Amino acid sequence: MIIGSAMVVLLALGFLAVAGRRLPFIHELVNAGCLLVTLVLTIESATYLMGAAQGQNPSILLPFGLPWMSAHFRLDSLSAFFLVAINIPSALASLYAIGYSHHLPEAERVTPLFPLFLFGMNGVLVADDAFVFLVAWEFMSLTSWLLVLSDHKSEQARKAGTVYLVMAAFGTFCLLAAFGLMAGAGGAYDFASIRAGHAVGLTATLVVLLALLGTGSKAGLVPLHVWLPMAHPAAPSHVSALMSGVMTKVAIYGLIRILFDLCPTVGWEWGFVMMLAGGVTAVLGVFYALMQRDLKTLLAYSTVENIGVVFIALGLAAAFRDHGEMGLAALALVAALYHVLNHALFKSLLFMSAGAVIAATGQRDLDKLGGLFNRMPITGLCFLVGACAISALPPLNGFVSEWLVFQALFHGPTVAHWAMRFGVPVVGVMMALAAAFAASCFVRAFGIAFLGRPRSDAARIAEDAPLTMQVAMVLPAFLCLCLGVFPVMVSTGIASVVEPLIKVKLPPAILGWPWLSPVSATAGSYSATMIMLTGMALGITTILVVHHFGSRKLRRAPAWDCGHAEDLPNAQYSADSFSQPARRVFGSTIFAARETVDMPPPGDTGPARFSLRMVDPIWDGLYMNIVKAVTVISGLVNRLQFLTVRQYLLMMFWTLVLLLLIVAARQSS
Amino acid sequence: MTALLWGIIHTWLVVGFAPLTVGMVRLTKARLQGRRGASPLQPYRDLWRLLQKESVVADSASWLFRSAPYIVFVSVWLAATILPTVTTDMVMTPAADLIALVALLGVTRFFTALAGLDVGTSFGGLGASREMFIASLAEPAMLMVIFSLSLLAHTTSPAQLVTFVLSGHVGLEVSVGLALGALLMVAIAENGRIPIDNPSTHLELTMVHEAMVLEYSGRHLALMEAAAMVRLLLFLSLITCVFAPWGIAGPGDGPLFLLLGLAAWSAKVLTLAVFLAIFETMVAKMRIFRIADFLGGALLLALLAIIFLYVSEAV
Repeated sequence: MIIGSAMVVLLALGFLAVAGRRLPFIHELVNAGCLLVTLVLTIESATYLMGAAQGQNPSILLPFGLPWMSAHFRLDSLSAFFLVAINIPSALASLYAIGYSHHLPEAERVTPLFPLFLFGMNGVLVADDAFVFLVAWEFMSLTSWLLVLSDHKSEQARKAGTVYLVMAAFGTFCLLAAFGLMAGAGGAYDFASIRAGHAVGLTATLVVLLALLGTGSKAGLVPLHVWLPMAHPAAPSHVSALMSGVMTKVAIYGLIRILFDLCPTVGWEWGFVMMLAGGVTAVLGVFYALMQRDLKTLLAYSTVENIGVVFIALGLAAAFRDHGEMGLAALALVAALYHVLNHALFKSLLFMSAGAVIAATGQRDLDKLGGLFNRMPITGLCFLVGACAISALPPLNGFVSEWLVFQALFHGPTVAHWAMRFGVPVVGVMMALAAAFAASCFVRAFGIAFLGRPRSDAARIAEDAPLTMQVAMVLPAFLCLCLGVFPVMVSTGIASVVEPLIKVKLPPAILGWPWLSPVSATAGSYSATMIMLTGMALGITTILVVHHFGSRKLRRAPAWDCGHAEDLPNAQYSADSFSQPARRVFGSTIFAARETVDMPPPGDTGPARFSLRMVDPIWDGLYMNIVKAVTVISGLVNRLQFLTVRQYLLMMFWTLVLLLLIVAARQSS
Repeated sequence: MTALLWGIIHTWLVVGFAPLTVGMVRLTKARLQGRRGASPLQPYRDLWRLLQKESVVADSASWLFRSAPYIVFVSVWLAATILPTVTTDMVMTPAADLIALVALLGVTRFFTALAGLDVGTSFGGLGASREMFIASLAEPAMLMVIFSLSLLAHTTSPAQLVTFVLSGHVGLEVSVGLALGALLMVAIAENGRIPIDNPSTHLELTMVHEAMVLEYSGRHLALMEAAAMVRLLLFLSLITCVFAPWGIAGPGDGPLFLLLGLAAWSAKVLTLAVFLAIFETMVAKMRIFRIADFLGGALLLALLAIIFLYVSEAV
């Protein structure tokens, strides 16, 4: 009930922002309103989760929707978990927006749509029939599309908007067909009837395929990800945070809802496919991210990578479930949900920090930044925490979920089928490569943007973000630490979310608190709490020993650099030079990267030129070919517009004959 | 109680023993190259000397530059503390399995690379870029080694692995040999030894690790050097602990077994150190872009180890 009214308030806030656009503090007012509402939603769904053991699922019927049925809304532990996971970052983004709106060129194009976007996402989570689900889904897509277009003067944003609209339409179309197939000919679109009538055989296969395409295109599964690195960075930073950190999670929710709740007859083959697709997504996502110079595009590609990790875990869960390994299925699903929560937090954190950098310097190009850690200490520290978390460094949260995924993955060969047994090590390599290169990618992002010497005047005079933005960044950084240091508590909570889906409750700590040991007492354990405590003890010891026995003197001097230090900031390593080894080894095959150096002849004092060419294999190799094919087909179809009346009549006649033949064939068979 | 006591003793044991290991490697190398070489105790003296010197920090450095040595040293030390070497009965052993150990080493690398970028010199960036590249290839190989071991022993915990190997369930498996080969290659790469990197070069474009810590001096350099030493000891211990755990005491063993474990561990680690020196004398450093082939080979060995496990199960 409270959740419902909170959502109505979000809707109202959107209209208020339009109606009161001339009021002096309207942006602050609306964003503060969003903050309040999302906080209420978080608290309400968190309290529901705490008491979810009773198994009550409050539901509401509202008299609108399809003509023959009312709109169903329902709250269960899965939607409550996702409500928490999306409303915490949303609350932080709203808080951030209070300070950030001043930096936007046209804030009045953002403020009214922001609460509506939140409304759409929350709507998807509480929907209990296909109609409400799809309407909310489209609401979410369209509002975010308008938010991407808020910077409508930029050519890039317009292109991103077009691609996004096409991909969103494709995704919704797939979901529409998936729900249609699940509902059957009777049109029983409410989730309860879908659950009752299990789809089997070809229908189930089609449902899974369509659901994968539909949700995968929204989540950013390779090769459906192309819109994501264009659209996410084009939006204002707090919206990018929500699109990357939160909207992709709504897509994951849709997939879990379909595969693990509505249509749970998925075979292990589909788990295998998801796992493989996830692996490819993770590796390609991180390689793309490593090659980017634009800070926000880099973060968007890293989202693609993390979605891949979630898909690996989901695929494993589906495969385990089909083979009756319910304990391992629960483990994999807990790992997936843990990663969803983590990624929602640290990706919002990173996007908000990137937004603070852009607000302070006006630069998104890594090679125009540098030295910001001295000028923007709070933002820098927050970005550092986010970077450590996303690089899966203990004791932060990213490592916990990655550890859980690896634990699940290492038990993959339990599924005794040769495809799984040989597939799992391959996916393991991909996942490990993605994890390792993610660390590389974020050393590069943080190191080039925040460390070193300033590479432009804007970076030299940058100042730290205002207080509200700082608070909005410090809080998720702190949450990342908490989720990392107390993993047993979090995974116990998530285990109770997974229980209704898998029918098995994962015991996250068989060895007892604080040892995270989900598989068995001997299969391996991890305790961030102990690592943190011991690390602190060892750290204090080190400091005491070094300062007691060693010299405490410190002198500031110019950098040494083996005696030939350069004054020019451009002589530092740049973003492109940092990724050069990886580009040489992997980029030359994946991106057809070609480096050319033009040296002037000896004696000539002209500058040498270095140029780099890269080809996007998916955009140029796949999508451009689709565009070409569509152009050719439309050229052919175009002829139909210029026929004579006689030819049109003849065409109608033949169509009629054909239809009659089909009807006749069906009746006789 | 003994678990707690041994946990604390072990903490100091690893940090005390690490310089000696490095000293042994250097001494053996010197002898093989026809030099007399310094005493194996020289690394202790070096560290002490560095500690006494004042630290010079570049003007452009942020506070990360000054705190990185502490973070780097503590995370390596922590990893070395957790790994069972003398006895498996230590209070911290369940805190991290092998995956978490790899991740702790990741923390070290992450902050070393950031420290290399912090001053804004070209050498620092060069070192950071190459180190992250090498590690990004070495880490998957390492994780695949862990995967194959976990398939064999159904555990990723080092203490359980020791117990498993000691219980004699594992015969002479091809996979074990392949995994050992892969782990050795990873260890060479992660410690920046020849043929991947040369720990004793300076002012050469071939250096990786040294390039990152180029700007350090005084106590900060001492910590960075100590971290590198502990990391070498950690990898040598890891190899002995997983592939030759004989002598490691279990829970409930008396002090005699612990002494035996201590003797066995130091003997094994020093032997490995000598072998490392011999190997390093025999091979030449490779070009940076050949490293991808080297580590790709390690990854492939680890994958083969997994596949051979399936084969031996099927037979």
